[in-house]
Amino acid sequence: MTLELAIAIIVTVVGASTPILIAALGELVVEKSGVLNLGVEGMMLVGAITGFVVVFTTGNHYLAILLAAGAGVATSMIFGFLTLSLSANQTATGLALTIFGTGFSALAGQGYSARPVTLLGPLFPSELATHPIWRVLFGYSALVYFSFAMVLAVWWFLKKTRAGLILRAVGENDHSAHSIGYSVVAVRYGAVAFGGAMAGIAGACFPLLLTPQWAERMTAGRGWIAVALVVFASWKPFRLLAGAYLFGLVMTMELYAKAGGGPLSAIPAELWAAMPYLATVVVLVLISIRRDASSNAPACLGRPFLPSN
Amino acid sequence: MPNRLELSGITKQFPGVLANDHVSFAVKPGEIHALLGENGAGKSTLVKMIYGIMQPDGGEIRWNGEPVVVPNPKAARRLGIGMVFQHFSLFEALTVLENIALGMDAKIPSRELEARIREVMQTYGLLLDPHRTVATLSVGERQRIEIVRALLLNPKLLIMDEPTSVLTPQEVDQLFTVLRQLASEGCSILYISHKLHEIKALCDTATILRGGKLVDTCDPKAETSRSMAEKMIGTGLKDIIKPEGRRFGEPKLVVNGLTTRKTGDFDVPVADVSFTVRSGEILGIAGVAGNGQNALLDALSGELKGEEREAISIDGRAIGLMDTTERRRHGLCAVPEERNGHAAVGDFSLSDNSVLTARDRLGMVVLGLINSGAAKTYTGKVIADFAVKALGPAATAGSLSGGNLQKYIMGREILQKPTVLVVSQPTWGVDAGAAAAIHQALVDLATAGSAIVVISQDLDELRALSDTLAVINMGRLSASRPIGDFSVEEIGLLMGGVHGEEAA
Repeated sequence: MTLELAIAIIVTVVGASTPILIAALGELVVEKSGVLNLGVEGMMLVGAITGFVVVFTTGNHYLAILLAAGAGVATSMIFGFLTLSLSANQTATGLALTIFGTGFSALAGQGYSARPVTLLGPLFPSELATHPIWRVLFGYSALVYFSFAMVLAVWWFLKKTRAGLILRAVGENDHSAHSIGYSVVAVRYGAVAFGGAMAGIAGACFPLLLTPQWAERMTAGRGWIAVALVVFASWKPFRLLAGAYLFGLVMTMELYAKAGGGPLSAIPAELWAAMPYLATVVVLVLISIRRDASSNAPACLGRPFLPSN
Repeated sequence: MPNRLELSGITKQFPGVLANDHVSFAVKPGEIHALLGENGAGKSTLVKMIYGIMQPDGGEIRWNGEPVVVPNPKAARRLGIGMVFQHFSLFEALTVLENIALGMDAKIPSRELEARIREVMQTYGLLLDPHRTVATLSVGERQRIEIVRALLLNPKLLIMDEPTSVLTPQEVDQLFTVLRQLASEGCSILYISHKLHEIKALCDTATILRGGKLVDTCDPKAETSRSMAEKMIGTGLKDIIKPEGRRFGEPKLVVNGLTTRKTGDFDVPVADVSFTVRSGEILGIAGVAGNGQNALLDALSGELKGEEREAISIDGRAIGLMDTTERRRHGLCAVPEERNGHAAVGDFSLSDNSVLTARDRLGMVVLGLINSGAAKTYTGKVIADFAVKALGPAATAGSLSGGNLQKYIMGREILQKPTVLVVSQPTWGVDAGAAAAIHQALVDLATAGSAIVVISQDLDELRALSDTLAVINMGRLSASRPIGDFSVEEIGLLMGGVHGEEAA
């Protein structure tokens, strides 16, 4: 394998992993607060179309990312209002949100298909990335560095700050948190909004980072992989980073297998595509076998909070 | 020196109930003051008003001589009032340190907080690793977290709401040592309980409530347990009436070489347990918590899968391999220790809970369909016969107080007239009046010909109830003998693991 090919693979893996990582980090925080939002895919699609339209009309990529985050927050607030204020079932509402996001983005995207935009360029000046090796370190757009920074930020927030402790407490035992005097609903609204912003940015990665155009359902199930990844990573940010890159690697293998990439095509592309999900199932089984080392799942995950007594 | 806390004429009205009716008493600095009363006597309402969770409708609270209003728990803590609740509000997946930090009003850097926690633990001998996860701690250790949390605020009055109902005797002793040390340093303690011997051992003064009214303030050391119980109930305490000259009939339950496997880290299995219970006999099994009682109950009820057919038999029929449902069908009913979540489903109505254990014996399911009329009628009968305070058969099990749920569960099993009844801690956390009713019902069931096994840590209960007694220690059961043959000392030694043969 030549150096160029290796670098090309690394760059593809980074590209494939970044949106999953960003979306999964958001969902991790949401789930740590005790809320299961299965609408990640829908929020990502809303973020993707918003990002695309903004770049198409203004040409400003950073404004596109910002507004995609805003659109993600707005979409997540539908979910938040239904599940947190009206105590609707989180699973059903999350699924509905994905269907909504898919339909809404398709509607808003009418007339935008096959219209090219430009991708977001590298963050650092190209002088830093002249040599191929340097390209692996400094050749990416801001979104990639953002995803790494957020891993650190989410870990630090959950582990080291008082606000993070309160968020974990709310996810662990909502009634106790309420009786101590924390507002369970407010904390969860905050977490859901953060998850929405991250999903929106993750969605914007598709037209801004990967394919410079709009296509219906262009996130292609990556939102679901992000949800699975949170469980896969046992709700731990650094494991999430490793998992996202593992999944990104497998998805890149799928592409190479499809393209008839030598030894990889010995395994059918469909099996490569199924790999992330198979891995998640295996991890879930392993976790439940080793049940003494608690699975780290937030105890109140998916349970609506009703402050009756 | 003024009284630390003085209540005068405190009144609280709930819809339909006068929870507190002009209650007045005073707590001196450094005094351990008991607040006694049956379930529903108004103890909890009263302390909730002291701690600022509720507001009184009338009356005055004085703190160190000054009239005060306590609008919320934060204000109470600022005055120097700490409280340890009966049900802990802890986060299982978080560490001890994180749990304490969440409960503090002031934001203290975690390093500083840890130093202060270690200091408090050192001073009072409350040993705990601040970095342990709560899920790995025992109930007694969890209570220590709550106590440390309260002590960090240097309280001048500590309210303890039924602190010992979940503790082992050793943990109770440790707790009492801490409370006495606190009192000697001038902290007043308001101790809520209905365990009379504890109050006699620990408290300087006792205030007794009944039906929301103060009936008496007395010196518990000058009273007998019986006289205080009678004040709580308001009528003379009924003795258990055991018909004279009872004769035991045929062996009903024969256990022969019953052995269980270890199922978890904190689980003590039983090894080679053998005993016989005859018709009309109540066998008491004494022992310190955690010596295999849970495994024994689960193995008898069928919850723990049996491995040998002949290990357990009823009426001569070997049932060792049967599951719970089959055993019930053959006449063996069991009541586990944990009421809510094990013996009953909290979110189900009482009627549905009756179906869960009585469906086969009382024909509540016909061709796979629930006969809800029969379930309702039966549940109504349980509620009436056992004086369960509930809104009716449709009330959820979780809405009942602990004592009432226990009465319901005991009634549900007893009225099925089982051939053999196995119960664990039948009166755990139940007030004296209800406990007497449950005891009498067990004796009546035995008199009618059933064989009964009572597993309990309460020696007074076992001595009053049992005909024969055996002691469980580290999963091994001593030979059973008539209760009259045992002295208290001997039971104590057996519970500590000293067997007659081995000691000789």
